[in-house]
Amino acid sequence: MSTPSAKHPLSRQEIAHLAHLARLAVTEEELDLFAGQLSVVLDAVARVGEAPTDDVPPTTHAVPMTNVMRPDATRPSLPRDVVLAGAPAAEDGRIRVPRILGEEA
Amino acid sequence: MSASTQTEPDLVDYDEVLTRYEPLIGLETHVELGTASKMFCGCATTFGAEPNTQTCPVCLGLPGSLPVANEAAIESTVRIGLALGCRIASWSRFARKNYFYPDIPKGFQTTQYDEPLCTAGHLDVEVDGETYRVEIERVHLEEDTGKNLHVGGATGRIHGADHSLIDYNRAGIPLVEIVTRPISCAGAKAPEVARAYVAELRDMVQSLGVSDVKMEQGSLRSDVNVSLAPIGSLEWGTRTETKNVNSLRSVERAVRFEMRRQAAVLDRGGRIVQETRHFHEDTGTTSPGRSKEEATDYRYFPEPDLVPVAPDEEWVAKLAASLPELPAARRARLTEEWGLSPTEMAWLVNAGALGLVADTVAAGASPSDARKWWLGELARRANDAGVELAELAVTPRQVAELAALIGAGTINDQLARQALDGVLAGEGDPAAVVESRGLAVMGESDELGAAVDEAIAGAPDVVAKVQGGKVQALGALVGAVMKTTRGKADAATVRRLLEERLLGS
Repeated sequence: MSTPSAKHPLSRQEIAHLAHLARLAVTEEELDLFAGQLSVVLDAVARVGEAPTDDVPPTTHAVPMTNVMRPDATRPSLPRDVVLAGAPAAEDGRIRVPRILGEEA
Repeated sequence: MSASTQTEPDLVDYDEVLTRYEPLIGLETHVELGTASKMFCGCATTFGAEPNTQTCPVCLGLPGSLPVANEAAIESTVRIGLALGCRIASWSRFARKNYFYPDIPKGFQTTQYDEPLCTAGHLDVEVDGETYRVEIERVHLEEDTGKNLHVGGATGRIHGADHSLIDYNRAGIPLVEIVTRPISCAGAKAPEVARAYVAELRDMVQSLGVSDVKMEQGSLRSDVNVSLAPIGSLEWGTRTETKNVNSLRSVERAVRFEMRRQAAVLDRGGRIVQETRHFHEDTGTTSPGRSKEEATDYRYFPEPDLVPVAPDEEWVAKLAASLPELPAARRARLTEEWGLSPTEMAWLVNAGALGLVADTVAAGASPSDARKWWLGELARRANDAGVELAELAVTPRQVAELAALIGAGTINDQLARQALDGVLAGEGDPAAVVESRGLAVMGESDELGAAVDEAIAGAPDVVAKVQGGKVQALGALVGAVMKTTRGKADAATVRRLLEERLLGS
């Protein structure tokens, strides 16, 4: 997939789609605003691709380590009241959320 | 939306589907590993714990928390891969699958994307004496989600619910996903092959001891992909994915239903929509869920908080060498040891009795006695009670004890059935029930002698026949004695006593 850039700016539909994925309510005016701004951001990031990296292996981690693991041992969990205190609403020991529509994963 | 509130979809007869279309199926199976702690944190994984008592900053995705991979989960995944004959990657990474849904507290699921731990394996399954090779595309490791409880509306379904309640105890439990390549060789047997595959996979994972594979508790669940192509067509049709099918029977029914439904759509000249569907246990039907147009764009990227997993070749070789005997090899060995035909073995497997019989034999019973009890009396009782054999309140050790009591002449088959009543009613082991219910076979006693005399006195016509040379008429007298002794007498002893009295031998 080619990266969108200012030469091929993000469309209003793409911004609306991204906003939906991020569960953000974006106004019509903001669609235009963000389309322009995000295209500039993408352009800036795209410049990284111009760096000569032919002999640099791809990495996602700053430290050259592998196989960092923990033994399968349990540790105490958080007390439930502490967990539920961090949620906007709770009921019967569970976190209460608004009804979920049409997206059963 | 429940299936019953929708217009009933058109269905084509199953046999007719096969005259025009070829099915292509694929299965994605999730296995919850039986580790003590979660995938990336030390929270316990106990099933049925009080809601939200097994969570911490890591599995709740609180700021600043960092995951560390559970080494037992990595090892279990590699062992599953090895048992499926997969290639084990020398370099593997986790990735973030981003989406917002209340059961995923972090806003992403930690999973594997383009660098899974295991690839390119296979599992052979048998249906009606034929072997089908199911190719495995990949085996990867991820984390489970929390559990939603939909409140209000009808029967806890998502549609019509007022709100939902979330329990994050399950969020972060290691989950292995096993993905098949499309299975095109099954033809008319596609539903049975799908079922047999999940059954074989379940037995295999169980033999590895890495999961309890309880479908009814969701620790093994399958997504079923189905598409149809017109016979002779070079292109496969659009597929649907039926999610979270939770029993072997449902796997078979879901494939069959989708084949019949899709054929009806295609016959009308319609198009199959690529979508997620839900299976309804009650009606055996599927109904649409998310369609592809609404499907979330997951924006996968490599997980920056976890370093790559690079399984050491030597370690993998050691794991491969230490795999237990797998179900297919075990079946072959026991078929041979017990002197069974492949068909007899298939009966045992299909009845869910193989493990029970093997354990009964291990507890000292002969293979033929063990089979006789599990496939006979016990199968009948399970059937009457509408439960699986394994759910009966009797253990293989108790069945072996019952067989031993018969072998020693303490009880006969009929008394054994009464002893079994006691065992199933929770009265203890067979020997104890025999004792407490007074079920032991009657020895040669005055009581037995009296019963024999009574039978002779009560049937002078039969006695005359016997003494006139019709020795087979003796059976009626034996029956009478058994009746007065309520089955406690030993038939051979009774026969001998009768012969002594009537024929003087």
